[in-house]
Amino acid sequence: MPATIASFKIDYYQFLSPDGRLISDDVPPLATDWDTLRSLYRLMVSTRVFDKKAVALQRTGKMGTYASSLGHEAVHIAAGSAMRAEDCFAPTYREHGTQLCRGVTMTEMFTYWGGDERGCDFSGPRHDFSWAIPIATQCLHAAGAALAFKLRGEKRVAVTMVGDGGSSKGDFLEAINAASAFDLPLVLVIINNQWAISVPRAKQNSATTLAQKGIAGGLPSIQVDGNDIIACRWAMDTAIKQAREGHGPTVIEMITYRLSDHTTADDARRYRDDEEVENAWRIEPIKRLRKYLKDQGEWNDKRELELLKKASGEVDEAVKEYFTVGNQDIESMFDYLYENMPAELEEQRARALEELS
Amino acid sequence: MAAVAMVEAISLALSRAMEHDDSVVLMGEDVGINGGVFRATSGLLEKFGDQRVIDTPLAETMIAGLAVGMSAQGMKPVIEAQFMGFIYPMVEQIICHASRMRHRTRGRLSCPLVLRAPFGGGIHAPEHHSESTEALFAHIPGVRVVIPSSPARAYGLLLAAIREPDPVIFLEPKRIYRLNKEEVEDNGEDLPLDVCFVLRDGGDITLVTWGSMVKETLEAADYLAEQGINAEVIDVATVSPLDMETIIESVEKTGRCVIIHEAARMCSVGAEIAAGLAEKALYSLHAPVKRVAGYDTIMPLHKMEMKYMPSVKRIISAVDDVMEAS
Repeated sequence: MPATIASFKIDYYQFLSPDGRLISDDVPPLATDWDTLRSLYRLMVSTRVFDKKAVALQRTGKMGTYASSLGHEAVHIAAGSAMRAEDCFAPTYREHGTQLCRGVTMTEMFTYWGGDERGCDFSGPRHDFSWAIPIATQCLHAAGAALAFKLRGEKRVAVTMVGDGGSSKGDFLEAINAASAFDLPLVLVIINNQWAISVPRAKQNSATTLAQKGIAGGLPSIQVDGNDIIACRWAMDTAIKQAREGHGPTVIEMITYRLSDHTTADDARRYRDDEEVENAWRIEPIKRLRKYLKDQGEWNDKRELELLKKASGEVDEAVKEYFTVGNQDIESMFDYLYENMPAELEEQRARALEELS
Repeated sequence: MAAVAMVEAISLALSRAMEHDDSVVLMGEDVGINGGVFRATSGLLEKFGDQRVIDTPLAETMIAGLAVGMSAQGMKPVIEAQFMGFIYPMVEQIICHASRMRHRTRGRLSCPLVLRAPFGGGIHAPEHHSESTEALFAHIPGVRVVIPSSPARAYGLLLAAIREPDPVIFLEPKRIYRLNKEEVEDNGEDLPLDVCFVLRDGGDITLVTWGSMVKETLEAADYLAEQGINAEVIDVATVSPLDMETIIESVEKTGRCVIIHEAARMCSVGAEIAAGLAEKALYSLHAPVKRVAGYDTIMPLHKMEMKYMPSVKRIISAVDDVMEAS
């Protein structure tokens, strides 16, 4: 008989059931911290109101292709609200909720997805990475940021996200390896939303969990219900604290569902059943938290109406501002490429001004 | 002042840059205790410690991606691809992020990293160790591609590359790593990027080259001088962005030009130079521009590699053709 030299387990965390009840008494303090839960709820709703408007802007030809965050609100808000300003976030192209928490403005997001680089010139935090569209490449940027923080002795944490599809890519696995080799202050969140455009989770690989890829690299790795804000936030708090105190990286797989098409350029009805989507709507994160808060007497219809009105007002203000952004100058194509512009480019710049003005 | 080989000049520049700037960190495979497979980082681990000379896991994408992240957060990583043949896993991170971080964020973030890689043929190395694919990188807006051709230029250009606030691909022609020694004063003075170096003045023909081919080209120029042909020899040094001004100025004087490079001809840096001359110096030319380059084939394994690469003989033959044309 062979001896077992290594074995592993993946713990799964869920505190709030899909029908909005605490599943046990053994819950983190956040579960009864009503002010915090209400503030998380407001952020989740704001994100959804923003998202709906972004899709509408695209549909009416006022913005470009956009990747909706519908259904991901618990994951996004848990991460964004758990981070400190000095921490560093490296997103994919979908984490608008996290970015809103971080201080990226709605106008900046509309501007970027409206086809204008100025949307990446975040008013804050200035050190956060902007959207990374090539899959999983951002995982290594976060690892590099974490390595910089560690080498400089700063108590800062880098957080990155990747999808279930992205977890198949080398950059993700190499980021796990780097985090492990250098013991980095890094939190790697796998947002398992079941779909990589049209390819379902089961086709990525046959592993029981995606979290176990972290175990293979030597990292503590867990799975949480990604529609349960209490579990998501608890996991983020725990992992960020550990990273900040010098105890290394964590992989968190958050199980959720992409309720929208992949992007506004996609039609998910081509590859998935309506029934699956209807079932996913039954367990989505916002309804779940609202039910819980209402049942506890911590939320009501009046507050809901006020919130929706306020959130819509904010989004409308941002849209108004977005419409005034205007176009960049021709020279902006050239002016940000290098700190020291090469002579040949100066020449092209002059020619472009002549040809295009 | 001591006479040093090119690889030693590279070590001196790295060491000087690290002394001068705490944010400079070396990373790569075997760059630490082993001092790099060509010893370019020899002694630096002992001098600067393992927080600044970092042996990484064997994963090139990781090295490049970490460097993007670190440089965007205020560090100056100088990373090494052990051979240019192993640089390709890094390409996505270079094209999709390093080259455009400043542009994408309207200057909010930038990637001041240096990617060093030994390249080119002539040392009897295995497959994938001998190609010259600088043109792949020259095609990418937002990165500089710099190639030294002597110990002194390696020292000065590497210091400049490290001080440059944008990404630089620094390709080291390994055939001439230890070919000859030259006095290099370790004074921390850099040489300018984005400009060619005129290595030899001449009025009859312009020979444009870079990297290890500078050696063969200068030898050819010596021979040609004996035949009464005075060749001007230009070391391009920064192959992207190109300093066409210096090349055009020379061709306006000589009226003839041969471009010499180890890389394959198709879409090469030589092709860009020839196109630039056609656009801006056609009426100064007495004869068509000729290229002496690697063939558009796979670099042969080492028994035949010297047949692939331009030789002094091929350069002289091309010059003869160009001189004969009226």
